[in-house]
Amino acid sequence: MKFNLKVWRQKNAQAQGKLVDYTIENIIPDMSFLEMVDVLNDNLVRKGEDPIAFDHDCREGICGMCSMYISGRAHGPHHAATTCQLYMRSFKDGDTIYVEPFRAGAFPIIKDLVTDRSAFDRIIAKGGFVSVNTGQAQDANNLPVDKADAEKAMDAAACIGCGACVAACPNSAAMLFVSAKISQLALLPQGGPERNNRAINMVNQMDEEGFGNCTNIGACEAECPKEIKLTNIARMNREYLVASLINE
Amino acid sequence: MSELNSKIPTGPLAEKWDNYKEHAKLVNPANKRKLEVIVVGTGLAGASAAASLAELGYSVKAFCFQDSPRRAHSIAAQGGINAAKNYKNDGDSVFRLFYDTIKGGDFRAREANVYRLADVSRNIIDQCVAQGVPFAREYGGLLDNRSFGGSQVSRTFYARGQTGQQLLLGAYGALERQIGLGNVKMYARHEMADVVTIDGKARGIVARNLITGELERYFGHAVILATGGYGNVFFLSTSAMGSNVTAAWKAHKKGAYFGNPCYTQIHPTCIPVTGDYQSKLTLMSESLRNDGRVWVPKSKEDAKAIREGKKTAADIKEDDRDYYLERKYPSFGNLCPRDIASRAAKEACDDGRGIVPSGLGVFLDFADAIKRLGVEVVKARYGELFPMYQNITNEDPLKTPMKIYPAVHYTMGGLWVDYELMTSVQGLYCLGEANFSDHGANRLGASALMQGLADGYFVIPYTIGNYLSSEIFTKAIPTDHPAFVEAEEAARERAEKLIGTKGKKTVDDFHKQLGKIMWEYCGMARTAEGLTHARKLIQDLRKEFWSNVNIPGTLNEFNPEFDKAGRVADFIELGELMVIDALDRNESCGGHFRLEYQDEGEAKRDDENYAYVSAWEHTSVEADPILHKEKLVYENIQLQVRSYK
Repeated sequence: MKFNLKVWRQKNAQAQGKLVDYTIENIIPDMSFLEMVDVLNDNLVRKGEDPIAFDHDCREGICGMCSMYISGRAHGPHHAATTCQLYMRSFKDGDTIYVEPFRAGAFPIIKDLVTDRSAFDRIIAKGGFVSVNTGQAQDANNLPVDKADAEKAMDAAACIGCGACVAACPNSAAMLFVSAKISQLALLPQGGPERNNRAINMVNQMDEEGFGNCTNIGACEAECPKEIKLTNIARMNREYLVASLINE
Repeated sequence: MSELNSKIPTGPLAEKWDNYKEHAKLVNPANKRKLEVIVVGTGLAGASAAASLAELGYSVKAFCFQDSPRRAHSIAAQGGINAAKNYKNDGDSVFRLFYDTIKGGDFRAREANVYRLADVSRNIIDQCVAQGVPFAREYGGLLDNRSFGGSQVSRTFYARGQTGQQLLLGAYGALERQIGLGNVKMYARHEMADVVTIDGKARGIVARNLITGELERYFGHAVILATGGYGNVFFLSTSAMGSNVTAAWKAHKKGAYFGNPCYTQIHPTCIPVTGDYQSKLTLMSESLRNDGRVWVPKSKEDAKAIREGKKTAADIKEDDRDYYLERKYPSFGNLCPRDIASRAAKEACDDGRGIVPSGLGVFLDFADAIKRLGVEVVKARYGELFPMYQNITNEDPLKTPMKIYPAVHYTMGGLWVDYELMTSVQGLYCLGEANFSDHGANRLGASALMQGLADGYFVIPYTIGNYLSSEIFTKAIPTDHPAFVEAEEAARERAEKLIGTKGKKTVDDFHKQLGKIMWEYCGMARTAEGLTHARKLIQDLRKEFWSNVNIPGTLNEFNPEFDKAGRVADFIELGELMVIDALDRNESCGGHFRLEYQDEGEAKRDDENYAYVSAWEHTSVEADPILHKEKLVYENIQLQVRSYK
C-alpha cells in the first residue's frame, strides 16, 4: 500500500509548526499505524533528517501514551481503539492521511506530535483516590460490593487517560476523563467518605488547568478508545451539585 | 569466589518476617522528614513504594521516563494477582502459595523471601480493595477468583482482563495523593543516567531531562530502583517499547551484582510473529488457558494443509487433534506453568505441526468453553482480550481458535538483593521485576503483580527504616560534591560519544540484530556451543555499535532516537552477561533450558552443583565479570523433580 501523509512538524513548544508532506510505500495492511510511522522514521533517519517525535509505549492499547489525531479523528478512524491498535487495513491504498497532535490549550505541544498532558495528573492529585494509607485496610471481603455497581465502576475505571476526549471536544473539555474517576469512586462504598470534596476539588482543578465545559456534543464518548459513557458526566454533575449544596 | 550475605533472619520460616519487623530499627517521625529517598520507576513496585514511604513521612523524589507515572508497563498486565486468601475454601494457605511459587520457580528461589511474599499477598488484596480497585465480584458482593498456571487452587483476583491497569491506577492514585500533599516531588520524562555513590553508599542519581536533554543531579539518603525487566534485550517481546535495563545496568556498573541474568520467561500465549516490520509482540493472558484448550493436528499433513490455507481448524476432527498439554500433563493440563507450556509448543512446531504460515504457532481453542458456558459468559470473563485479538489479527476467536506462540515476557533475573531488598551497594535498593528475588528460574502467572506490590507496599517501608535509622545524622549532601560532578561528566562524555559517532546504521538495526542473536542462542533452547558463538557475536556487535551507529539530532532537545540508543548500548552489554550466565549454568531449570541437560524434553536440574544464585560483579566491559554464588538452602521443603504430570 502507498500513502500520502501530512504530518504536523513543530521543533519545540516555542516554534511555529506546519504540516509537512511525506509519501510512504510498501506498507503492509497488517502493520499498525505506529509501525507505519516507524518505517517512515527509519527512512528519515537514513536520509539524515529529523524523525517525527510521537508518544507511544505499550503498543497494546492500555498505557494511554499514544495520542495522534488522524485525519480529523482522535486515534483515527477505528472505533474503540487507540492509535497503536489502528491497523493500516483501515485505510485505502493511496489515501491521504493527516496526522496531528492532540490539540488543546491545556495540552501544550512539546515537539511534533508529543504533547504535555500533565494537567491530568494534577487533576487526579486533587482527589482521584481513596485516602487510605498502606496498612490501614480491613479484610477485603468485609466490604461486599453490589456486583452491578462493581461492574459499572470498572467500566468507568477502564479510562486510560490518553486525552482523546479533550482532543475530540470542540470546547477542549476534560469532563469525560474527570467524570470517569469521580464515577468509579462514587459507585463504590470505598469512595463514600470523600465524595463531596473529591467532586469539588477535581472539578475546580479541571477548570484551573484551562479545560473547557461540556455542551453535550458527545464527541468524547464517540472517540473514547475505552468507550467511557457520557452518563459518567451526568453523574459527575450530580456529585458536584450535591457537594456544592452540602458545602454551602 | 566469595559467599554473599543474604541477611535472612533466623528462626522458623513462618516467623522470620515477623521477627524481622519486630526487631528492625525505627526512625522517628521528626527524623523521617529530614530523610530523602529517591525512587526510580513508577510501576507497581515504584509507585507503591513512593506512596508508602511518603505516607510514613519520608521526603520522596520519584522519577519515570514516561509522560506520567500512570503509564508504567505494569499497566499492561492482564490476568490477575495471586493471594493466599482461601476465600474459595479449596485448601489454599500461605504455605501452599509459597510452595507453588518455589516449585514453579524450579527450586531456584530463596525460601525466606518467597514465604514472606506469600504471607503479605493477603494484605495486598485488602489494601487494593480499600483503594477502590474494582476487582471482579460474585453476586453476593464478595470477591471472585480464578485459576492460573502452576496451581490447583483458585487464588487469582482479577479486574476483567485489566488487572495490572487497575492495580497500577490504585498505586498511582496513592502516589498522586502524596504528590498533591507535597510529600513526593514527581519528575516525569526523566531517565536515570547514573547512580551516585559516596564512600560506598548510594547518595543520589544523575537523570536526563528527556524534554530539554539536560543532565540534572538529585540527592537522596537512599536510592530505590523499581525499573522493571529487561525483556527488550530480545527486541521483540511483550514489554512496552520504552522498557529498558538502563537504570539497573548503571547500578550494576557502580557495584550492584546482577542476579541470574539468564532466567528469562518465554510466555506461551502470545500472538505469533508475522513480519519483519513488527515492533513488539502482544500477549494473550494466561487466564485464557482456564477455558481455552491448546492443540495442534496429530498429523503433519493436516498441519501443512492448514499452513497453506487448504484446511481450517474446523476441518480437523476431534480424534485428529493433539491436545498435547492435556496429553502430557494430565493433572495440570492446559494450566501447567509457562516454561513447560512454551517448550511443549516449540516441540510441537519443531515436529512440523505448527499451524501458521511461518510454522511457529499453535491453536488456543474456546469452542468447548463456549459450548459449556455460552458465548456471553466467555466474553464477559475475558473482557478486552477477545476484541484485542480480533483487532490485531482480523479473526474472531469466538468463531475460530486463536493462534498463539511463545514470546519473551518477563525476566526473573535482575539486580541481586538481600532479604531487605538492598543490592550489594549500601543504600541502593531494587524492587519488583528489576530485582532477581522471588521467582527462581520461572515465574508463575499472577505472581508479578503480587511481587511488585509486596515489595513496594509491605517490604521496603520496613527494611529501609532499618538502614535509614543510621543515617539520621547525615545532612543532605549538596549536589556540587565531586561524586555528582564526576557522574554527570561521565554521562555527558558517553552521550557526546554516542551522538558524535554519525555512522551508517540506525539504532533499530543494532537492536534487531541483538534480538536475533539472543532469541537464536539464548532463547527457549540453549547449548554451550551456541552460547559461546553468541558471546563473540555480541562482542562484535558492541564494537560495531560504538563505531557505526547513527543518531540524528542533538543532545539539547527532545530526542527519542538518542534515548533509544543509550538503552540499546546497555542491552548489548547485558546480552553478553546473559550469555555468560547461561553458559555457566550447566543444567536446565525453569526458563533456562540447556539442550544438553534434559530427560525426554523435561528440564534436568543439577541440585548438587547448581543450587545457587549467580550474582555477577562487573569488572569492565572488556573483561570477564566475577561470579559470586549464593547457596540456596532449603530447610522446609524437599527438592524434587518438578512434575506436573
